[in-house]
Order: sequence, then structure tokens, then C-alpha cells
Amino acid sequence: MKKNKILEGNALYTVIAIIIGFLVGAIVVGCGGLSPAAVYGKLIDGIFSKPKFIFNSVVYAIPLILAGLSVAFSFRTGVFNIGAEGQFVVGSLVSCVLGIKLNLPSWLLVPICLVAAAAAGAVWSSLSAIMKVTRGINEVLSFIMLNWIAFYLSNYVVNLKGIKADGREATVDILPAASIKFPKAVTDALGCNTFNWGIVIAVVAAIIIWYIINKTTLGYELRAVGFNKYAATYGGINSNRAIVTAMAISGALAGLAGATQILGNAGRIAQFAGQEGYGFQGITVALIGGSDPIGCIFAGLFYGAMKYGGSKLGMVHAPKEIMDIIMGAVVIFIAVAHVFRSLFYSMIDHSRQKKAAKAAAAAGAKHGEAE
Amino acid sequence: MSENIAQTSGSGKEPEMAIEMRDIVKKFGDFTANDHINLKVHVGEVHAILGENGAGKSTLMNVLYGLYRPTSGEIYVRGKRTEIRDPSHAIRLGIGMVHQHFMLVQPFTVTENIVLGDEPMRGLMVDIKTARKRVMELSERYGMAVDPDAHVEDISVGMQQRVEILKVLYRGADILILDEPTASLTPQEIEELMQIIRNLTADGKSVILITHKLKEIKACADYCTIIRQGKYIDTVKVSDVSENQLAAMMVGRNVTFAVEKKEQKPGDVVLDVRDLRGKDYRGAEILKGLNLTVHKGEIVGLAGVDGNGQSELVEILTGLRKADSGSVKMDGREVLNETPRKLFDAGITSIPADRQKYGLVLEFSVAENLILQNYKKLPFAQHGVLQKDQIAAHAEELIQHFDIRPANSASHPAGTLSGGNQQKVIIAREITNDGELLIAVNPTRGLDVGAIEFVHKYIVEQRNKGRAVLLVSFELDEIMSLSDRIEVIFDGKISGSVNGKDADEKELGLMMAGGKHEEE
Repeated sequence: MKKNKILEGNALYTVIAIIIGFLVGAIVVGCGGLSPAAVYGKLIDGIFSKPKFIFNSVVYAIPLILAGLSVAFSFRTGVFNIGAEGQFVVGSLVSCVLGIKLNLPSWLLVPICLVAAAAAGAVWSSLSAIMKVTRGINEVLSFIMLNWIAFYLSNYVVNLKGIKADGREATVDILPAASIKFPKAVTDALGCNTFNWGIVIAVVAAIIIWYIINKTTLGYELRAVGFNKYAATYGGINSNRAIVTAMAISGALAGLAGATQILGNAGRIAQFAGQEGYGFQGITVALIGGSDPIGCIFAGLFYGAMKYGGSKLGMVHAPKEIMDIIMGAVVIFIAVAHVFRSLFYSMIDHSRQKKAAKAAAAAGAKHGEAE
Repeated sequence: MSENIAQTSGSGKEPEMAIEMRDIVKKFGDFTANDHINLKVHVGEVHAILGENGAGKSTLMNVLYGLYRPTSGEIYVRGKRTEIRDPSHAIRLGIGMVHQHFMLVQPFTVTENIVLGDEPMRGLMVDIKTARKRVMELSERYGMAVDPDAHVEDISVGMQQRVEILKVLYRGADILILDEPTASLTPQEIEELMQIIRNLTADGKSVILITHKLKEIKACADYCTIIRQGKYIDTVKVSDVSENQLAAMMVGRNVTFAVEKKEQKPGDVVLDVRDLRGKDYRGAEILKGLNLTVHKGEIVGLAGVDGNGQSELVEILTGLRKADSGSVKMDGREVLNETPRKLFDAGITSIPADRQKYGLVLEFSVAENLILQNYKKLPFAQHGVLQKDQIAAHAEELIQHFDIRPANSASHPAGTLSGGNQQKVIIAREITNDGELLIAVNPTRGLDVGAIEFVHKYIVEQRNKGRAVLLVSFELDEIMSLSDRIEVIFDGKISGSVNGKDADEKELGLMMAGGKHEEE
């Protein structure tokens, strides 16, 4: 019984997928003429060898957890938020501009920046939602287009007078009051000068989202519409409204992710040369986390650690893109988890049949002796 | 054709054995789906396998088709012991299966679907001309009319089924397994299918018919093997037994077909539909000024051939479709084109025709499905928070009261239940909702005798309680046995009305086809 539970659940297959992902990575590294042991040794070293490395990994994980949460929430409610990237960008843009321009005390400015970023993300994804429910436009298309609009909007705003810093292709820094970094005494003690309250925001958000999905009537509505729009409508749920609500919440989470990255870590926005990819990495996090909010915390920490550890691979002359290969392989093998599942089941079946045959043979032999 | 197929041997006349399954056992974990089942099918015979939902019929056939390996037991194909490894092996052995749920590629044409996986080739190209010719040959040989160039998404369910059968024949099958072939067919299509089956056996094919419809077994099967809860009960010659005997063997007790209904005078008007007009999904006017009333304490049966506007009427009454004009009054209050929520609150409850599309959220647990309309209300929710204990207690109570199986299914996804039990979940919910009006659309489609009896009992109980019931069904038998009054719908209007007791099948059939009822 217990064994079956493990086989039915997702955790086992996620672990298997991660292991295979690393094996694939090892093959690629090997093909590149490097020693997998050396590369992975450096990776593990780069994440775990000092406490400050672990804290840095956590900082890397913060926006990934929130972006993952955004995508996971959309999965659970039947839409595919491939627009988390754009919502992340507008969220970071709004929090950055407010953090530069509003001269307010910290206790007021930080909440304003966070809420405004979430609202911006919500509005951004609601555009897609409204087009979907009123005009039947597939959200994947509109999301991807809005990602590019957000991208160029950000580059436009970054270059505006009064926002752009002199002598660099980026905004001026946000006001110290807008920062959500831990006090200097704490960050010094941790050895990580970017450690910030974002991790608390991310964990609390994950718990709230988990609660909304599983425990509230709103979650019931959104899940019902996500699974079966027709039955939900028949049951009296306004499915159009539910879709817009779900997409707005998903967008708000992505916007919040953008805010934590700016207020907690970067402190400014640079002009983009290409999409930064937090939203897309959120898709990976959501898939690894099994679309479960709590799972996203762990998946985000995993991805954050990989990103941070991967950034040091240059020291052993390995490209950091190895990490992308590993993460891609992990996602593929999670996607085909059902193959492993049926493989295990047929193995169990097989061994059982063998046992039964043996038992039957033994019984037959005994019977023969008796005769 | 099988009069002489006695189970005695040695006469020398015995037709060849097509399939023999001996002592088949199939276990899934601790659950035994097939418990020592025997089956003998002769060449040229229609052999029915009868059993309730979940009795193990499909499992047995999946074993024969190579989808499952039996835990123990032996299979003989034309007298030769064989281990069927997988479906493609089964196909090479001449065994073909038509599944209950069609497996066709919707945007492909009929021809493309039939030859898919076994296409005649010319070089690297599919030789569609030859394919089309072969399809036409087969279709004429067995009297199965199909349009070889039509796209599957555009053809009727009956034709889709013929495509499935042709697909199997095209691969050279001479032993055909038909899994619940009539579950989604109209009475006319069922009649056609029976004829096709006769044509097949006349050509020396053997047909294994999985079903729980006794009428069809009587109509076309030679032998019938009965399975109950995974166990082999008996194999009988169909001409030797009555429908009642078959039913009793299937469910293990006597079944009453007649619905007990006490005399009752209908009360006030509950539902009053006036001059209703509306369009179908293509935008063509399908309801053309329909009038209908349903009173307290009566069952009104809406009889008609599919496509005459009954689906659209129900969709309008339940808020899933907007009408163009007319009036719908519940207890005297106008509710035309209100939202599903408002209509529910006005007292309209329904058992939808498509239980998997509208009736249930299959991924939701049974407990969650049981509160589909009431998830926001006390005691299931308070201040927007679901009350888990209350929801679970509610589910336990309904599962017990309505005998939903398995008994511990409250937390199982509804999709894991058998069709009959899924329907029980909906019935349990709608009877408990207890609206002034219950609309039941094909409420027993695809259900076995025991479950049909159950559904009918609750529909009549609602009527006896003084609720109004509108029964929409393609099963004329069902309409005739339950209704106090029968209204016939034809071409978007009510074309006639008869008292339930005086109903005559022929007369109804005539009205359904557009003939006028003489009012005298």
C-alpha cells in the first residue's frame, strides 16, 4: 500500500528526472572534453561550500519561486501563463519607477511598490484574459505578444529623462527607502549583501496561494473552470469571470516577482538586450514543482541554486549554459513521467507473475510427490 | 444460423470454435476483475457478454485483445493455444475491437481513418484512390453506408461507428468485439447496427457483443455469457431465456421493469414556456415557437428524434444558451435568458445529457462534485472558506443513501467511477438539490438494468413529492413507462400531446416523424 503511494505520487519521478537531467548534462560535458566530476564538483562546491553561497542561492531563488508560483497557479486554473515574462517586466518597471520617484518613508514606500507591481502584472495579464473571454483569442498568442510589448516598454521607460542614469544604459538606483534588503548588520553577518525580505514574501505568497486553491470557494471556482468549463458553467459559476480572476492573480504573482528582484536585489533596471527569462524559468519551476505552490518553493530553490552555482562554472572552463541543458532535460523527463510510472508498474506486475508461477510450480511439485 | 451449435461434442457437425477462453483470471493488485471466466465463441455466431457496469466485461475483452495479460488462464484462437501479446498481435490473429468511445481522427476523412496505420502505398505516397475503392467495397459488402470523403468531425455518431467497424474489417478481422456499441446511438441507428451484425455473421464473421441491453441481446445474439462481479455465471442460448431471466442472472436478483407509480392529479403550473424561438450552434433557427407546460407532481415526457430542438430547449432552460424570443416562466416569474445560477435559484435543476461534459468535473473528488451548485452556501462554506468536514459528511451521507460505489469514493476523482456510479453522483446531487422542476435528459443512457431501475425510482419519487419533472429521452420505452403526459417535439415545435397511459408506440413514432396527431 505504502509502496503504491510512492509510485503514484509525483515526488519520486521528479527526483528520477533530476538525476537523469544530471546524467544528460554529464554526457554533454564529457562530449565537450571536460570532466563531469570536475564540473559537478565545482557546482556543488559553488553552492554548498560556504554559508554565504547558500544565502546567495536563496536570493537567486526568490524571483523564480514567485514566477513559478504564477505559472503553477495558471496551470491549476486551466490557462497557460506563458506571459509571466512580460508581467515580470512590467512589475519590475513599476516598482523601479515608483522606488525612484516617490520620496516616502520606507514603511509606506515598500508596500506601495509591491502592491503597484502586483497590480501592474495583474493588469498586464488581464489584457490577455479579456481578449480570451470576449474574443476567444488564445492566451498563448496574446501573452507572447505582450511579453515583447513589455520588453520594449521597459527599454523605453529606462531611457526617459529623469529615470536613466548618466553614463550607463540603466535607470538610476532606487531610493534606499524602497529597498527590501535585510539591514546591513544582518547581510554582513550572512556574508551576502543582497539577502532580502523577498524570500519571506515568496514563502508567504506560496502558502496563501496554496490556501486559496485548496481551501476557499474562490479556489473551488477557479479549479472547476480550469478542469471543465462546461460543468462549471452548468453549476452556476461565471466561467468568464473566473478565467479573468485566475489570470489576474497569476499576473499579480509574476509582477510581484519582478518587484522583489528590483527592490531586493538589482536596485535598478538595465536596458534589455534580450528577454531576461524569469517568466520562462517560472514555467520550469512550476513543472518541477508539480504545479503545487509548496512544491514551487523547493523547485525555485533548486533552480536558484543551479543558476547561482552555474554562474561559477567559468572557473573550470565550463559554459554556464550547461545548467540550461540540465534544467531542460529535467523538464523533459518530468513531462514523460508517466512512462517511468508504467515501467515500474509493469516491472512489479512481472515480478509478481514470476512469483505466482514459482509458487504454482512448487505447489504442483508437492502435489506430484504426494501422488 | 446457430441452431445446431449444441455444446455437445462428437456429432461432427459442430461449427469450428473461433475463440475459447478458459479459466481466465485477471487481478489488479488485490482486486480480481475476472475470476475464472470461461467463454466459447463459434464461427458465425453472435455471442453477447452481459453484465452490469464494472462486472468485468471490458477487462475480459481487453485480455482477449491483448491490452492486458491474464494473471492465469488460457486462450485458444481457432483451436490453437495462443498468448496474445498486444493488440497488433490480436489484429494479426484476426481479432478486432470496436471500443465504446470512438478512436477516430476528427479532421481526417472516413477513408483516411479506415486505412490509417495500414495504408496502401504508391512509392512514398498514400494511394488514396485504392484506399477509397477498398473502403467502398467493404462498405457495400456489409451494407454499411459511409461517405468515404466526409470528414469524421462532420458525420453522425452512427456513421462514426460504422467507420470504426470498417476499420476493423479492413484489417482483416473475422472475430469482432463490439464494446457497448449502442451506448450512444439513436433507436434508428441501433436498428441499422443490428442489421450490420446480421450481415457480418452471414459472411462467416463472429461477433462478440458486450452490452447490458437485454433487448439487443434478444434481437441479435445466439448465445449469451453472463458475468457478475467478475465471476462467470452461465452461458445460455438466448432463444431459451426471457429478458427477465437474463436480467435476474445479471444482477443476481429479480428486477422489476415496470415502474410503480401511484395515481396523482397534477397541481399548479410550474414551468410555462411560450412561443420560444432560438438557434442551434450553427445559427440556424431550430426552436420555432415552442409551447410547453409542466405541472406540479407530473412527469412530462418530451419524445422526439434527436435534432428537433430538444437539446436547445434544455440548454435555454438551464441557462447554457440564449433564446431569441418567447417566454419562460417558473412559478409565474419570467426567467428567460437568465444565468445558470439564477435559473438554479429559481428552482430549475437538471440531470444533463452529457454527464462527463456538463454533469461532473471528472478531476474533482466525488465530494466536491456533490456540492457543484452549493459550494458557496452554508454549511459547505463560511466566509469564502470551504468547510472540509461538512463537505465530507455530506458526501458520506449521499454515498450511503444513493449507494454510490465504491463506498469509500468520497475523496476519489469522479472520473475513476464507473459510468453508472457517475450518474448516481449526479442524481444524488440533483435529487438533494430538490428544485421545483427537475429536467432529466437521457438519464439512463449507457446504464445497466440495475442502475436504470434506480434512476427511474428517483425520478418518480420527485414527482410523487409534488415536484415537476421534464423527461427528455430518445428511449421511447423510458418515456412511455414514466410519463404522465407525453409531448412530441418535431421541427422545433410540439407536434402533439398524448396522455401517458394511452400512449401507443406506433402513434408516437408517427408523430415523431412529423405526422399529425388526430385530436378528437
